[in-house]
Amino acid sequence: MNPYLAGVILGLVLLLSFYLTGRGLGASGAMKSVVVTGVEVVAHEKAATSDFYGKYLEGESSPMKNWLVFQVLGVLVGGFLSGALAGRLSLKTEHAPGITSRKRMLMAILGGALFGFGSQFGRGCTSGAALSGMATLSLAGFVTMIAIFGTAYLFAYFFRKNWI
Amino acid sequence: MAPIIPIYEISQELNFLIAFIIGIGFGFALEQAGFSSSRKLAGMFYGYDTTVLKVFFTAAIVAMLGLLFLNHWELIDMSIIYVNEYYINSAIIGGVIMGVGFIIGGFCPGTSVCAAAIGKLDAMAYLGGALIGIFLFGETYPLWKDIYMKNYLGGIKLSTTLGISDGLLIFLIIAAATLMFWVGEWAEKKFRRSDISKEL
Repeated sequence: MNPYLAGVILGLVLLLSFYLTGRGLGASGAMKSVVVTGVEVVAHEKAATSDFYGKYLEGESSPMKNWLVFQVLGVLVGGFLSGALAGRLSLKTEHAPGITSRKRMLMAILGGALFGFGSQFGRGCTSGAALSGMATLSLAGFVTMIAIFGTAYLFAYFFRKNWI
Repeated sequence: MAPIIPIYEISQELNFLIAFIIGIGFGFALEQAGFSSSRKLAGMFYGYDTTVLKVFFTAAIVAMLGLLFLNHWELIDMSIIYVNEYYINSAIIGGVIMGVGFIIGGFCPGTSVCAAAIGKLDAMAYLGGALIGIFLFGETYPLWKDIYMKNYLGGIKLSTTLGISDGLLIFLIIAAATLMFWVGEWAEKKFRRSDISKEL
């Protein structure tokens, strides 16, 4: 799809989210719910008294009964439907010809871990902090966006063999 | 009057159904944009594919303008719209760590969910990594708590900081984005990698 048209559609979905719920879109928040639930199941006492996990366990219902969790389940379905329509469904590991699949998988785990860690530090990821934050003109949104993309540019040279 | 759900006290079940439907739209738009491919996303940082720039800024501008007009026509109560809270240190530190994660991992959390949905194994690995990273933050939270909470400025807007109106700020962002789109189109020709683009 033309990227500008895809951007307009994404912008309208984001606007609809604000119109209906008063908040934008998100992704890392749902992953946090998964982690908090996991820790709660394995180590109930520890989770309840932790400064970090505790604040998501104060309510009576499970942290999985959360708006963002259902929204991210929708992302899975929406992505699958789009991929099916475009004929892009296939199990594969995508990487540059210069590196092995194994290296790509290790880099994906490492990159994911850094992004996950950073998303908690920065109170949201590209969706919740940068994109949704910019839509409301929040200073935090612009700062997070510049920090994410600026840093990725700064480090791009060192990781070029992974991509080109 | 919007936002609908907080004002009309919609039931939790309906609220979650709406979340799921909005998520479908979100995932569909990301996948249609081509964000289920890490090499397409990474192209942004090498110039051969600047789709990320185009989609990201077009979407942000559409939503900004939408909120500006809804507010102007008094169709939305902006006082209950969530404006991200700004903690200077954590926003910058978190953003820098996410930036490194982006260039190493090739996805951000939202795009990894979308890529995993069409079967990308590297996206599934990335998702696992993201859960590990969040867990590590949770486990080491006492170490970061002070800096995480430092220099709190509240839900402050860039237009307030600059002392200009929201409308003027949006105009300036549209002008900046137009310039960046032009640079992006130029970069895609200058750093063209037909061998990669053909595969995506």
